[in-house]
Amino acid sequence: MFGKRRNIALLIPNMLACVHKTGKPQISGWEGNAMDTMTEFREVVDQPYAYLQKLKGQTGKKMVGYVCSYTPEEILLAAGAHPVRFFGTKEQIHLADSHLQSYSCSIVRGVLEEGLSGRIGFLDGMIFPHTCDSIQRLSDIWRMNIPFGFHLDLVLPVKLNTSSARDYMTDVLRKFQNDVGRALGVNITDDDLQKAIGTMNAIRQSIRDLYEIRSQYPHLLSGADLYTLVRASMMMDRERLAGMLAETAVKMKAKAAGEKPDASLKRIILVGGMCNHPDIYPLIEKAGGAVVWDDFCTGARYFTELVAGGDDPVAGIAERLIRRVVCPAKHAGLDRRAKHILRLVREHNARGVIFLLFKFCDPHAFDYPDIRKSMDEAGIPVLLLEMEDPLPGEGQLKTRFEAFLEMV
Amino acid sequence: MSEVNSDKEKRKIKSEKKMRDIMTAYYIDAKMARQNNKKVAWITSGGPVEPLIAMDVIPVYPENHGAMIGASKMGVDLCEKAESMGYSNDLCSYARSDISCATVNGGPIGGLPEPDMLVCCNNICGTVLKWYEVQARYFNIPLFIFDTPFCHTEYTKEAKRYVERQIEEYVAFLEGACGRKMDQDRMKDVGRISFEGQKLWQEVLDTAVHKPSPMTAFDAFFHLALIVTLRGTQQTIDYYQGLLAEMKDRIHAGIGAIPREQYRLLWDNLPIWYRMKWLSQKFAEHDACLVADTYTSAWCGAMKYIDENKFLDSMAEAYSRIYLNIGVDEMAKMVIAMIDKYQVDGFVLHSNRSCKPYSLGQFDIQRIVEKERNIPCLMIEADMVDERSFSESQVSTRIDAFMEIIKDRKRT
Ligand code: SF4
Ligand code: SF4
Repeated sequence: MFGKRRNIALLIPNMLACVHKTGKPQISGWEGNAMDTMTEFREVVDQPYAYLQKLKGQTGKKMVGYVCSYTPEEILLAAGAHPVRFFGTKEQIHLADSHLQSYSCSIVRGVLEEGLSGRIGFLDGMIFPHTCDSIQRLSDIWRMNIPFGFHLDLVLPVKLNTSSARDYMTDVLRKFQNDVGRALGVNITDDDLQKAIGTMNAIRQSIRDLYEIRSQYPHLLSGADLYTLVRASMMMDRERLAGMLAETAVKMKAKAAGEKPDASLKRIILVGGMCNHPDIYPLIEKAGGAVVWDDFCTGARYFTELVAGGDDPVAGIAERLIRRVVCPAKHAGLDRRAKHILRLVREHNARGVIFLLFKFCDPHAFDYPDIRKSMDEAGIPVLLLEMEDPLPGEGQLKTRFEAFLEMV
Repeated sequence: MSEVNSDKEKRKIKSEKKMRDIMTAYYIDAKMARQNNKKVAWITSGGPVEPLIAMDVIPVYPENHGAMIGASKMGVDLCEKAESMGYSNDLCSYARSDISCATVNGGPIGGLPEPDMLVCCNNICGTVLKWYEVQARYFNIPLFIFDTPFCHTEYTKEAKRYVERQIEEYVAFLEGACGRKMDQDRMKDVGRISFEGQKLWQEVLDTAVHKPSPMTAFDAFFHLALIVTLRGTQQTIDYYQGLLAEMKDRIHAGIGAIPREQYRLLWDNLPIWYRMKWLSQKFAEHDACLVADTYTSAWCGAMKYIDENKFLDSMAEAYSRIYLNIGVDEMAKMVIAMIDKYQVDGFVLHSNRSCKPYSLGQFDIQRIVEKERNIPCLMIEADMVDERSFSESQVSTRIDAFMEIIKDRKRT
């Protein structure tokens, strides 16, 4: 049943061809079109730069990169820009080595490598939200060495649970709104912001719907496909994406209507920074597991919480960043993350938790023992995989997943 | 033989003993806090300690403790213990050794006195936030986070407002924990004394401008302890006045820190605590004196932002703009200023696995220094506490090669 990568693909409309002809999405054209939506997502993920350059050429939008899920994409969208999340590099590291020691994580090295190589020279700017110590220094090194595009720091609060931190969050987002406007030479209005909030809320809600469906019927949506879809979401034209995802969610709901949950699957939750290795999903699935939820910044931490409506859009965005599932580089209390993961396990009826942690990622490494303890106390089996680039061989991974899944 | 000994005796800094006595008394006092009805706060090395002193809370510094653990070569053992608790060996070795030490009361002084509260200021790193969260859970005590937004290129007015509000919150936190109001006059005094102490510490470090330098960076690493732990107390002022006088005497008497100072070097990053003696001998054998460093000056580097008469108000900016809370290019500027001030012939960078905010960016600083001042630079890969990341033979060879380059340059 698993490994049928096209499951979702069969269901989803393709709108690309229509867009190019008419300039706006047309849902009606999807049936019978050979190029399906999943293929489009896959293409974006496989060849992101080709996609982005094409998008830039066609729309004239400014391409603005970012490196952390606390980036308020709404503000970039409202400025008429196109936000692009960077995840590292697929290439060998050559150039970043002369700026970063071996003990920086592969994300930071990878992003710098992409910048130094000029492969992403089409970017008009790059945003560095304050996250961990490594991203903090990456921002400086980027500013000092990358000739193209503007560079903006977004120095968010590190604690989120006081009223002064909340006010600072709003203050600093307003400053960011001005900075972005200045860098792009536009005036960002509240109307622009409200519209962008609507788009982002729709995207987040649809991804959430798909996650919920996957949690109920994991056999309908492979881990690798959902991975591809979420990744593509952080790179594709958001307006168009919002339509595609809504449609996909509708189709998936329809498909799920007649289904029964597969009780034989061992339900697993993944926890970590992000996953840059889609290959692990089929390995888990082949071993009898099914990923039913995650706590990744390129996963559930990205789409949970919507911006609430209100007169002050920036305050609304700030409020969402305060309330959303917290990342370990921020402080929202001493047990927020352990409790959250426990709740996920219960809500999704999971039988085990797999931690995928990047080597040299301090915030996650500091949290791990405490969360692990909470899991142990609740009798939830845990597997820790420390990810170095490159990953251990497939055989070794397979053995570890099999051994773990046998145990849960 | 006796000549060697008397030379050593001559160069020995006499204040050292007093320093050891003060620190011993301080730790005994801290350990007796409970009996004496005093409260103990653990605080990060860059944290605002003055309000604690004004409230008669005894500040204790896990990082200073980490340094002692490193210097007494007990780091590997405690780090391994932390690793067995699930903490990755890539984490800061101060954090690792403190986290495990708290559970076994090990280390050179049998563990730190238990805290009543924790004060964490993230102006040095994000590591301390996570580390103090761990300790707040372990001891189940209140944690105050003093959040100083990073100043990549500027100290924004938004940050200013936020940090200033936190000073009020901090005072309220302490008043709550101690069950009494802060005495504002006392606070003012402590602020003035802290400022005075920082000024004196800067003056002590400044004596190294003299050739030959009366002290080395290794001495500074040792004498630093008071400005870190007892900043804001009269004792610190008295001590540094004595030390300053001794340095001035040495300058008058022409006593250098090493027998033949031919070459002057600048050190970057934390010390390698478990190899201090070895390193200082190694450089001295090459007639090289490490006259200054970027680390010990961090405790007086933000003085220009302090208004000694309005300490509490001006503290927001001073604590936000310390050396580790600014951009790499800004750090490079300060390095260049030190190169000029101390007239150094070479720059030694400790690439410290433990400390990402200090170390990531060093390659760029090195390039800037090479370009703007054209002096040889050496990067040593190590860790401040965890000896497993140190290869003596490799470092030794690299220092020899580096010193050859410096000697060559000086000859021509
Ligand atoms: S949070 Fe972790 S994985 Fe992400 S950039 Fe920082 S160190 Fe790397
Ligand atoms: S050594 Fe670096 S990472 Fe560790 S506590 Fe100090 S500043 Fe933070």
